[in-house]
Amino acid sequence: MSASPTVYSPGGIAIRSLSKRYGRGGGSSSKETPPYILKDVSLTIPRGEFHIFLGSSGCGKSTLLNIVAGFLQATEGNVLVDDKEVSRPGRDRGVVFQNADSAIFPWLTVAQNVGYGLRMGHTPKRQRLETVERCIRLVGLDGHEKKFPSELSGGMKQRVQIARSVANDPSTLILDEPFGALDAQTRKVMQDELIHVWKETGKTILFVTHDILEAVYLGQKVSIFTPGPEAHIQETVSIDSPYPRDLTSPDLGRTIKHIESFFEAPTAATQS
Amino acid sequence: MKISVALKPKTIAKPFIWLARKGWLTWILLLIVWWIGSLLSQPEYLPGPGQTLSGAKELVLNGTLAKYVGISLRRIFSGWFLGLLVAIPIGLIAGQFTFFRWIIDPLINFFRFVPAIAFLTLFLIWFGVGEGSKVVLIFYATLFPVVVNTLAGVLSIDPIKIQAARSQGASQFQVFWSVTIPASVPHMFTGIRLGLSSAIISIVAAEMLAAQEGVGYLIYTSRLYFRTDWIFVGIVVLGLIGFFSDRLLRLLGSTVLARFGTDTNS
Ligand SMILES: Nc1ncnc2c1ncn2[C@@H]1O[C@H](COP(=O)(O)OP(=O)(O)OP(=O)(O)O)[C@@H](O)[C@H]1O
Ligand SMILES: [Mg+2]
Repeated sequence: MSASPTVYSPGGIAIRSLSKRYGRGGGSSSKETPPYILKDVSLTIPRGEFHIFLGSSGCGKSTLLNIVAGFLQATEGNVLVDDKEVSRPGRDRGVVFQNADSAIFPWLTVAQNVGYGLRMGHTPKRQRLETVERCIRLVGLDGHEKKFPSELSGGMKQRVQIARSVANDPSTLILDEPFGALDAQTRKVMQDELIHVWKETGKTILFVTHDILEAVYLGQKVSIFTPGPEAHIQETVSIDSPYPRDLTSPDLGRTIKHIESFFEAPTAATQS
Repeated sequence: MKISVALKPKTIAKPFIWLARKGWLTWILLLIVWWIGSLLSQPEYLPGPGQTLSGAKELVLNGTLAKYVGISLRRIFSGWFLGLLVAIPIGLIAGQFTFFRWIIDPLINFFRFVPAIAFLTLFLIWFGVGEGSKVVLIFYATLFPVVVNTLAGVLSIDPIKIQAARSQGASQFQVFWSVTIPASVPHMFTGIRLGLSSAIISIVAAEMLAAQEGVGYLIYTSRLYFRTDWIFVGIVVLGLIGFFSDRLLRLLGSTVLARFGTDTNS
């Protein structure tokens, strides 16, 4: 295993020798120590990069993002976001959850949901309303400001989440399989929407998926996990094609083949 | 031929089914059973619908009924309202702070099995023969369903909601006000409804406490004059108070509070 070169980048994200095992902090009472889910994950993500995490189910992708978001503590190592060590959730890291019904507030209207973080941060009302309007327009929800979440479709709810995160002007957007629950059609639209938001705002994006095509369609970099436990990043693939991408192009076809080979190998081994 | 045979019971069945679904059929059947029962019995033992109605007329005409209902309503609603004022904060705080929950949990699980009526004499000694002891008794009866349900509401909040709020920059305190409280409104509302029924149920017990007026008092003292018809009037009135106040609460739940998810059809 070669250690990734520690390049200093102003801002961005640095994941440094991060390991995680679940279980009680002390652990002296239990004889069996729980296994490491993540082991020695190191990665540098420059500011403004669209970075994808790809891995088989249960390898620890959500665990990693939850540590970056500040919901979970690392067992060893740490994460720097804009040169500050992460210890708790904060408005510098916007999070878009897979389950929008859990994540947005059903008692607030679309506009109130989008303005939630600004209200908590005591942003002056005029500035808040302007930002809310701009973010709602950015995700194409204009005309739906006064609706309650129960009146929205799944895709629209995810737009609310994205707008809510962007309104707070974080440096980083963290998205854990945000489109996993959507139908193929809506999913495609939302992918283009996210690229649009990224281009407009220049945020660093951490995006988890286990769909290879989605990864290649969206990401500038795709980090591939080893299967767990003790998962780490086995390769980070760079994709330089401009957006919008055509997945049928020979260039991207090769990239897809290359990424697929990481997931076929263990199956082939067990078959032989 | 076949069609007309099939149609006939259908046309009879339609209003019949409507009556049954709306609950009217139940009342019609109950009235009939009550009436037949009363024919087979003595009026002091089981007064019929007619006797009860004339008993009610008597109470309405001399103004007793309106006065008693007013007094009982005041006791029920002040005890219930005070109960909510105390129980909702307790439930919220117990849900938020584990240590407080540890302290309060044994108390809740002990006293919720001790009915208000068990405290009858004690409340009389402690709070006197005036309104105080009666309101306290109803307050006590309201407390437990509201605390238990509010607490359950806080504990059942989706942790993702809290995480979302924290990532949006909300402090612990802001999360409590802007997420914990609104997200537990549906459970709280269930508690509030159960608390009200508990309060109404306890009015008879409350008015056994040296009361001179009230619907509970009417039921309790009518036995002394062998006015069983008045007891029936009191029972019907209590049922109606409960029915209509719950209707009112549910209306609140399906309008003002609907956005919190309180729109129930139960
Ligand atoms: N709270 C927890 N306590 C103990 N083990 C956990 C906990 N959360 C997750 N795990 C374990 O950690 C491993 C990684 O879980 P994680 O949710 O990060 O996977 P994932 O890569 O996001 O999977 P998926 O693609 O299915 O979402 C799994 O084996 C899971 O069983
Ligand atoms: Mg996951």
